[in-house]
Amino acid sequence: MNTLLIIAGKEIRDGLRNRWVVATTLLMASLALALSFLGAAPTGTVGVGPVEVTIVSLSSLTIFLLPLIALLLSFDAVVGEIDRGTMTLLLSYPVARWQVLIGKFLGHAAIIAFATVLGYGSAGAALALGGAEIGHDSWRAFAAMIGSSVLLGAAFTALGYLASTLVRDRGTAAGIAVALWLVLVLLYDIALLGLLVADGGKTVDAGVLNGLLLANPADAYRLFNLTGFKNVSLLAGTAGLAAQVQFSGAVLLGALAAWVAAPLGLAVLLFSKRQI
Amino acid sequence: MTQEPTIRAVGVTKRYGSHTAVRAVDLALMPGECVAMVGHNGAGKSSLIKLMLGLTTPDAGHLSVLGGDPAGADAPHIRRQVGFLPENVAFHPSMTGRETLDFYARLKGVPCRGNPALFERVGLETPAVARRVGTYSKGMRQRLALAQALLGDPKILFLDEPTTGLDPALRQSFYEIVATLRDAGTTILLCSHALTELEGQADRVVVMSRGSKVADGSLSTLRGLARLPVRIRLTLAEEDAETLARRMGEGAALTRLAGGVVELACANDDKVAAVRRVIANDTAITDIEIVQPSLDEMYAHFLRQTDAQREAAE
Repeated sequence: MNTLLIIAGKEIRDGLRNRWVVATTLLMASLALALSFLGAAPTGTVGVGPVEVTIVSLSSLTIFLLPLIALLLSFDAVVGEIDRGTMTLLLSYPVARWQVLIGKFLGHAAIIAFATVLGYGSAGAALALGGAEIGHDSWRAFAAMIGSSVLLGAAFTALGYLASTLVRDRGTAAGIAVALWLVLVLLYDIALLGLLVADGGKTVDAGVLNGLLLANPADAYRLFNLTGFKNVSLLAGTAGLAAQVQFSGAVLLGALAAWVAAPLGLAVLLFSKRQI
Repeated sequence: MTQEPTIRAVGVTKRYGSHTAVRAVDLALMPGECVAMVGHNGAGKSSLIKLMLGLTTPDAGHLSVLGGDPAGADAPHIRRQVGFLPENVAFHPSMTGRETLDFYARLKGVPCRGNPALFERVGLETPAVARRVGTYSKGMRQRLALAQALLGDPKILFLDEPTTGLDPALRQSFYEIVATLRDAGTTILLCSHALTELEGQADRVVVMSRGSKVADGSLSTLRGLARLPVRIRLTLAEEDAETLARRMGEGAALTRLAGGVVELACANDDKVAAVRRVIANDTAITDIEIVQPSLDEMYAHFLRQTDAQREAAE
């Protein structure tokens, strides 16, 4: 346990030193604040609060931005250290391979969690100071959005680690990371739509579709935030979809957690067999 | 008390794909022994060290380090007693020297309060320790690398090309540290290209070529095995050189070098007799120098020999 913390701590300090933490936190905070100010303006007649507006816009933004940040942060984690030669020395110390990988992952995940909580939290603080009446449920939805965003970031960090362990070349790892982002964040949904249109509802029923949505961490995240809370789904126009989705919030969070655990587990397995 | 070897390799072979990096190597290293491993790039030195560190696993043969399998369940226990200075050492550039050593000390479970003494020992000064490693010169990085290898008083020290980038003064102090450790009972395995500087440092020399061990022994043993000629260099007047050549007769190869120096080559066992003959001639010799075959020459000899054997076998 101690070894994990030492390695994670080193990774966090590295992140602080090379300004990753500062840059990500500032980016998240400025975008979140901008969206919350925009969202606070035109709410009068819709019957939803500013928090719901912010959740819808922020979670849509998160789906694009956070996976990218997570992948950029993680694709170099293993292959880069092997390339630079720091891994050989590290592994000659009394540490197990899984400790190295999980420790580094914890460090990177902590950076993402820090940036998300602080960045989005500042938007929440701005809303609270804005003076509008904000219900208990709205805050719960907002907290759930932050929490699931951290989980989404962790899932893509784990995917980045897998890419970093799979290959022997930093360029290839970067390529895989970009491809993962393109496919999971952009192309997957387009392909899914295309499939639904082409199929015309003959073979792809709600069950299959739901399964396909769970098979992508970005979609699991979207469903969780846009359908999980009634007020939000009304605004997002996903209330109809919410009635179709049979998953509870716990299942969707479970799917996200599985997207953290599975790539990370596979990366650990590959890394322990790797001949450095 | 009979001592157990700290490292014992029996028929260790390591393949990377179709390339055999280490070929059936037998090796035993004792406590308090400083062994130099020489061989050119790709001879299998670093691969062998990686095997001994447990970073890779042998495809055949048996390897035990401090009585255990370096890649097995004992690994953490073994690695706590091993120091390693890798070739082309790299550190995280954004960490300071002190942070770097603290990090490695914590990983090894060594208290950090011993670190200032360690910095002093390798000659890294306090202002340098507080700076980021990214700003270090090659020599300073190498000192930091040595400091981390010395953490926790290791029983075995692997030094892969430790003196590249060090100036002569630093090299000197580096070998002093190594000698102190050896006298304290540490097993030291030293890889180097700089063969001449190993003379006088290593108790034993292991010559590697294309993954195989081609020679193993003390410098004098290797000299005997190689049967390379000893050269006697004499400085004398031009006309005397002619007489000397005539008098020495056959059996002594005589070459003229620049500056009125004549070089006589003879077998190691004959050198005393040869010197007697030279002195007996009442030639006016102003200087005499006996040159033993250098490690470089012996190394080249063993490589030629192995290549010839390999060709003969094919």
